[in-house]
Amino acid sequence: MTSLDRWLSNAAAILLALLWVLPLIYAIWTAIHPAAYEARFVLTAPLSLENFVKAWDAAPFARYFLNTFILVTTILIGQFILCTLAAYAFARYRFPGRNILFTLVLLQLLVMPDILIVENYRMIRSLGLVDTISAIALPYIASGFGVFLIRQSFMTVPRELDDAARIEGAGALSILWRVYVPLAKPIYLAYGLVSVSHHWNNFLWPLIVTNSEETRPVTVGLSIFSTSDSGIEWSVINAATLMTSAPLLIAFLLFQRQFVQSFMRAGIK
Amino acid sequence: MTRRDWIHGWLLVLPAMAFLVLFTHLPAITTIWNSFFSTPRGRRPAMFVGLDNYERLLNDPIFWKVLTNNLWFALGTIPTSIALAIAMALFVNRRFMGRGFVRMAYFTPTVLPLIAVANIWLFFYTPGFGLIDQVIGLFGYGQTNLLGEPDTALAAIMVVTIWKEAGFFMIFYLAALQTIPPQLTEAARIEGANGWTIFRRITFPLLMPTTLFVSVNAVINSFRLVDHIFILTGGGPDNASSLLLFYIYETSFRFWDTAYGATLTVVMLALLCLLAIGQFFFFDRKVHYK
Repeated sequence: MTSLDRWLSNAAAILLALLWVLPLIYAIWTAIHPAAYEARFVLTAPLSLENFVKAWDAAPFARYFLNTFILVTTILIGQFILCTLAAYAFARYRFPGRNILFTLVLLQLLVMPDILIVENYRMIRSLGLVDTISAIALPYIASGFGVFLIRQSFMTVPRELDDAARIEGAGALSILWRVYVPLAKPIYLAYGLVSVSHHWNNFLWPLIVTNSEETRPVTVGLSIFSTSDSGIEWSVINAATLMTSAPLLIAFLLFQRQFVQSFMRAGIK
Repeated sequence: MTRRDWIHGWLLVLPAMAFLVLFTHLPAITTIWNSFFSTPRGRRPAMFVGLDNYERLLNDPIFWKVLTNNLWFALGTIPTSIALAIAMALFVNRRFMGRGFVRMAYFTPTVLPLIAVANIWLFFYTPGFGLIDQVIGLFGYGQTNLLGEPDTALAAIMVVTIWKEAGFFMIFYLAALQTIPPQLTEAARIEGANGWTIFRRITFPLLMPTTLFVSVNAVINSFRLVDHIFILTGGGPDNASSLLLFYIYETSFRFWDTAYGATLTVVMLALLCLLAIGQFFFFDRKVHYK
């Protein structure tokens, strides 16, 4: 590549990057300045956190955050346990129906609970769980993607390690816990990050099954806050928007490398 | 295989399987079942109506409208995001000043909730004092109403989707690019091939498995991602920007016509099946996948 080529493509890369962050930078700009500076870009504009305070006071965001936190933790713990057990069976056990069951697991990669909203709502209602945090979590507790991902990594564990532990008298579950899980740590991190960011951001299903402050996650809370017709200023809505995305955004900026690698790992197997 | 192994295997799979069956397989089946019944209303229970719901579907102009919209949405977002993703991955795959920033810039939209993304973009699109109007106002143009015009609403939604997705797809291409041996491109360069030829003849073919993987995901996403529609247009004007899943939501949870909602979901399931079959054949023939 000639140096001119190189220079041109670097310039293009940076130009595209600037274009790409522009919306976010703009949202940050309006959020940290008084409403009068919404579209006036002067460097001397006074900074203020007032918009965040207003947003925080105008809606029960603390509760929404708590709900989301409970939601993503529940899902993560459930997924880790169920997917680990199933992945172990698919990776190391032979049993009748194994292939059919594994196909059924993979089917969920295509037919996600996200699109089965009508019947899943019926199911949740018949269980009497409408408007609970469990209702939001239940359809996602078992994840075909998680089983697949963890199985892939379990299959790379040398059988000798497994046999050695067995000779020493370890049971199946203790082998899983002592040998397999520690060796698959990077995959758990990858899957965990993907799962948390996915469920933090999920909107449609929580919108359907929740209808009170005590259960709504931040995404639903934010949509209600920003679509209410009470004439809330733009800068305040932008502050609320940033607030709800902030935990993930900050985590992403701090652990950028791990995030990117996690998404890569979760994708290429 | 021993008896004990069987039982262990089954017990380990059981909990995950139970949840999968309860919230994926069973609902998929009852969706089809319920599409042959009427919606229970008040004291009137659901009644078997045969193919009535499907007849209604065929005569429902809104259904055809959202289906066409979904097609345009897929055609408008998938190739563009994939092309951008490849460009981004090629940009970031080399070392240069500011690479960290550039990669971060591309990937950041991925971690934002789609609802938040929609809020941010709404301010660009708002007629009059949104940023787009402010900027073109400087050049003497009048107001626009991109989200309010039937001709532009869907396109405006597509732009937001591309912004959100391209960086995500970039990751997969980045991973794939790192597995391409540098000797290949070096050899081509020595032979005198220019950058474009190298890309077209070596890099792009080797990225084919990734492109297929990403395309399948992108198609699924084009059915699944409707969050931003709630904020930006609400499907309007006159369903110009409504997509299939959004219509399912409206039918089932605004008008509580769950039987028709189920019928619409069957269409979605059928389309996903087609995708799976297509993928199966395509993967088998065109791509040497590891």
